[in-house]
Amino acid sequence: MLSLFSVVFTFLALFLLIPGLFISRRLRVPFSLENIIRFFKITASKYDDERNDERGPMGEKKKRAKNRMPKHVAVILDGNRRWAEKRGLGTSDGHEAGAKRLMENAKDCFAMGTNTISLFAFSTENWERPEDEVKCLMALFEKHFKSEMPYFQRDKIRISVIGNRSKISRSLLGLIEEVEEATKSYEGKQLIIAIDYSGRFDILQACKNLAMKVKDGLIQVEDIDEKAMENELMTKCSEFPNPDLLIRTSGEQRISNFFLWQSAYTELYFPNVLWPDFGEAEYLEALTWYQQRQRRFGKRV
Amino acid sequence: MAELPGQIKRMSGGIKQLLEQIFGFSRRCLFRIISMGPIPNHLAFIMDGNRRYAKKCGLEEGSGHKAGFSALMLMLQYCYELGIQYVTIYAFSIDNFRRQPEEVQSLMDLMLEKIKSLLEKESIVHQYGIRVYFIGNLALLNDQVRAAAEKVMNATAKNSRVVLLICIAYNSTDEILQAVKKSCINKYTYNIEASGSYKHEDTDSEIEAKDIENQEKKIQLVDIEENMQMSVAPNPDILIRSSGETRLSNFLLWQTGNSQLCFPAALWPEIGLRHLVWAILNFQRSHSYLEKRKKQL
Repeated sequence: MLSLFSVVFTFLALFLLIPGLFISRRLRVPFSLENIIRFFKITASKYDDERNDERGPMGEKKKRAKNRMPKHVAVILDGNRRWAEKRGLGTSDGHEAGAKRLMENAKDCFAMGTNTISLFAFSTENWERPEDEVKCLMALFEKHFKSEMPYFQRDKIRISVIGNRSKISRSLLGLIEEVEEATKSYEGKQLIIAIDYSGRFDILQACKNLAMKVKDGLIQVEDIDEKAMENELMTKCSEFPNPDLLIRTSGEQRISNFFLWQSAYTELYFPNVLWPDFGEAEYLEALTWYQQRQRRFGKRV
Repeated sequence: MAELPGQIKRMSGGIKQLLEQIFGFSRRCLFRIISMGPIPNHLAFIMDGNRRYAKKCGLEEGSGHKAGFSALMLMLQYCYELGIQYVTIYAFSIDNFRRQPEEVQSLMDLMLEKIKSLLEKESIVHQYGIRVYFIGNLALLNDQVRAAAEKVMNATAKNSRVVLLICIAYNSTDEILQAVKKSCINKYTYNIEASGSYKHEDTDSEIEAKDIENQEKKIQLVDIEENMQMSVAPNPDILIRSSGETRLSNFLLWQTGNSQLCFPAALWPEIGLRHLVWAILNFQRSHSYLEKRKKQL
């Protein structure tokens, strides 16, 4: 008798109470025949809309969307360590695979018509990682700058490195300056690599510069506007400072202090794949997703 | 015979009330269970999708926003029941001023009506002891709305249990620029007044004093942060944007560097308990990793 009662009660709880919690919103609409009919109509029309979208002829808007490519794509390269762990490799192997993938993807991206690509290679918070990992990452940067330099010059890609340069080793710094100098005249394609970068630090140094200018009397306080700010941020080296699309791999849904000011209207894309597995197919998916977005910038389209 | 519809109505009303009581009770039980794990301290909402909802349901133009307002009251109730102390909502952006003038006017009228209703005795403000802040460039609003907002801020200044931050005529880039301007004005007008009293002699201690003085003249992180309007609340732990759009639209850019971002596909008037619970569960999943990172810093 008791067991029967408990079974019935469990069933009631599972199928009545808990779903009831989540559909209680529906009861906000008064329980009348009119509203029941309206509910059915809405569900039916949603189904119709989806079917029409798939089969319908390509309207003006859709054609425009298909031709839209992001001018500036930003990527947060997340998931190297998890990728290595999954395969039983060391962290440095994960980063090595990530770096190789980076070069391949950059080549694909430029081939598809993107103008600027930004990569979050090393964040200010990454200094807290174990010392060997940090050393391995810095060595990886040096190695790849050296080996990829001829490719950058051949394909006329301008390289810019943004970030706080005070903590980077002298050898890496020298290499960075050499690469930037060698590629500074190229236009049309730009690769921005963020090393020891933090979005807050970027905004702060821009604010400091603006404040210095005010103090020295070069500009008035009233002249501080968005344009002035954009001219002081580290992304001023690019023709398109604000990314149109930001991709963060590995499924984490955070910006982790990458572009803060610049990503005011950026479309954010969070695929579940880890960075070393993010290839051309995944990038195409991201582009297709981007082209279907309706960007309104706050007003009606 | 004529009594029958009346009786049925009363019965259905009674059943509805009973069901609501049961669901309220089970909701509070659910919240107790969720509170076993870490609960976010500050939640931010971008209330997107009102116009699309009105179109979808075939309602007239302005009623999407009204439906959105009731959804907002519901979400606030859930948040405060759960124990979340700070809730921020993106009510109106500076970019929204570029919409059609009729729509902007109707939004302003709706906001004026709702802001005034916050002062009433039965409103949610008194029920939960909410302190209300209006964040944004209030000078851009018309006088009536601004006066009502200031009245509400003053009236609720003594409440301290929970906080509601309403971002109206707000843009994150505008907020940062205002903070810089204020810091400049504070730092440099003060120093211009004070420097008149310094004597310029070349002794060692004077040079040292000048160095310190120069250092103080530079804007520091703490100056910008304390001049930001959102400094009254800690950084958001979760940012939820309804209607499936995955962008920040110039909302809390400085503050959401490390926040969990959630983009449920439901339009704002359709948002419900399940989206909130899902966002918090996701937050709890990555919380321990983030806490470890914060301790390292």
